[in-house]
Amino acid sequence: MFRNQYDTDVTTWSPAGRLHQVEYAMEAVKQGSAAIGLRSKTHVVLATVNKASSELLSHQKKLFKIDNHIGIAMAGLTADGRVLSRYMRSECINHNFIYESPLPVGRLVVKVADKAQVCTQRSWKRPYGVGLLVAGTDETGPHLYQNCPSGNYFEYQAFAIGSRSQAAKTYLERKYETFMECTKEQLIRHALFAVKESLQEEELTSSNCGLAIVGIDDKFEILDQKKLQAYIDSLEDATKEEPAPADEEPAHVEEAAALLTRESSGGVEIPADGDGPAPMET
Amino acid sequence: MTGKQPYVGQALDSPHAFTLAPGPTKHTQYPYVTGTSVLGIKYKDGVLIAADTAGSYGSTVRYKSVERLKTCGKHCLIGASGEISDFQQILSYVDKLILNDYMWDDGNNLSPRDIHNYLTRIMYNKRNSFDPLWNTLVIGGVKNGEKYLGVVTMIGVHYEDNHVASGFGNHLARPIFRDEWHENMTLEEGIQLLEKALTVLFYRDRSAINKVQVANITAEGINISEPYALKTNWDYKAFKNPTAGAVGSW
Repeated sequence: MFRNQYDTDVTTWSPAGRLHQVEYAMEAVKQGSAAIGLRSKTHVVLATVNKASSELLSHQKKLFKIDNHIGIAMAGLTADGRVLSRYMRSECINHNFIYESPLPVGRLVVKVADKAQVCTQRSWKRPYGVGLLVAGTDETGPHLYQNCPSGNYFEYQAFAIGSRSQAAKTYLERKYETFMECTKEQLIRHALFAVKESLQEEELTSSNCGLAIVGIDDKFEILDQKKLQAYIDSLEDATKEEPAPADEEPAHVEEAAALLTRESSGGVEIPADGDGPAPMET
Repeated sequence: MTGKQPYVGQALDSPHAFTLAPGPTKHTQYPYVTGTSVLGIKYKDGVLIAADTAGSYGSTVRYKSVERLKTCGKHCLIGASGEISDFQQILSYVDKLILNDYMWDDGNNLSPRDIHNYLTRIMYNKRNSFDPLWNTLVIGGVKNGEKYLGVVTMIGVHYEDNHVASGFGNHLARPIFRDEWHENMTLEEGIQLLEKALTVLFYRDRSAINKVQVANITAEGINISEPYALKTNWDYKAFKNPTAGAVGSW
């Protein structure tokens, strides 16, 4: 059951300089269904893979509006994610109350990261088991950030987290150089193609994915099923004309080549592929 | 211990609770050293804010070189009338705010609107604590091509306008602004208009002096002039014979 004697609480170091409990939290993110984000000069798009574990069950909501200019997509324990989203909403609304202006995205991300970091350094706490992709705009333009349970945060051009996110990442890494000039519609199409990669066998429908967009002049919006289906339909029309982008030469680029810059605060570095526990539906 | 229930604040080895000083908490509820009107107008390239440099102790003009215009970050300037020490307190709040904002070092910085709203929150909160900061503040600035000019008072009333004035200026300067202000004023016209209003204030407001400063806030930056004297003219008939229209016993 236990990997070793150093993983029973968050604050105990292993001799190799790792915090196993924190790594397990990072693992929880990988078990959750995928979330994808990408940005252009003007917009940021978030997309999610929605899994319902039963025919009778509706899928878990994974896209959340935080404010008019910020939204998040989550992978991992959505219950933890909702706590963080409530925190983010209240930070935004407080900032708006005091300054009558929207909270810069990066500052919100740092606040969330600091909150997550505390959980890696207190014996009576547990790290959040959720990874967030934070999309938003502020006076410095559109931004896409990732928040980890470890308290790390990164800014990306495009990224994917969650189960089978490697397939989506491979797609994004192959295409991201063109994203900056994309229109809103093109960006959405790329997002859907990336979701498709993560779905693998399954067919892409408006009920097994979610999509949201925010732009410099567009408020954050989670697309409803009808709008989403229209995009998916147009996707299929296009793929009939030209070979699906997935059929291009199989490039296996280094993980996180699309990583832009920036890393901060405490936490630990987690290897990309660890052998984690058995799959868990979240 | 008596049979009574212990309660918070009760010293454990004493049957008596400790008490605070008798009577209600008292705050400074009156101003001591005050500055008079601050004027502000928008003009073609930015915002102009003007004030004299008097600090009055009651009705005595006690200090004559009090600078009541202060910059606040890259884009913004605050002018204050009212209690001078309260203004200094406000400046320390604002400096802290600006420093914290600067420390993020992320390309975002506070706009004049942000600062105005922040100060409104502070003023209203202090007023609700029955410990008001006895000031009327004029906040002006330019950011991203947008001119901003606003006011917040000691009780938290706040508004934006194309031209504003605090205190006596509301009665003496704003009528002049309403007649003569227009959107495309040049810098020279703007300064002229302010100097005219300041001169009227000097004549009619006992707390005003003719040593003034004018601040110019544009997209390029903020420039506060050194204090200089307004030209005055005391040859008006009414000044020469002040009792002509009001005959008194002496």
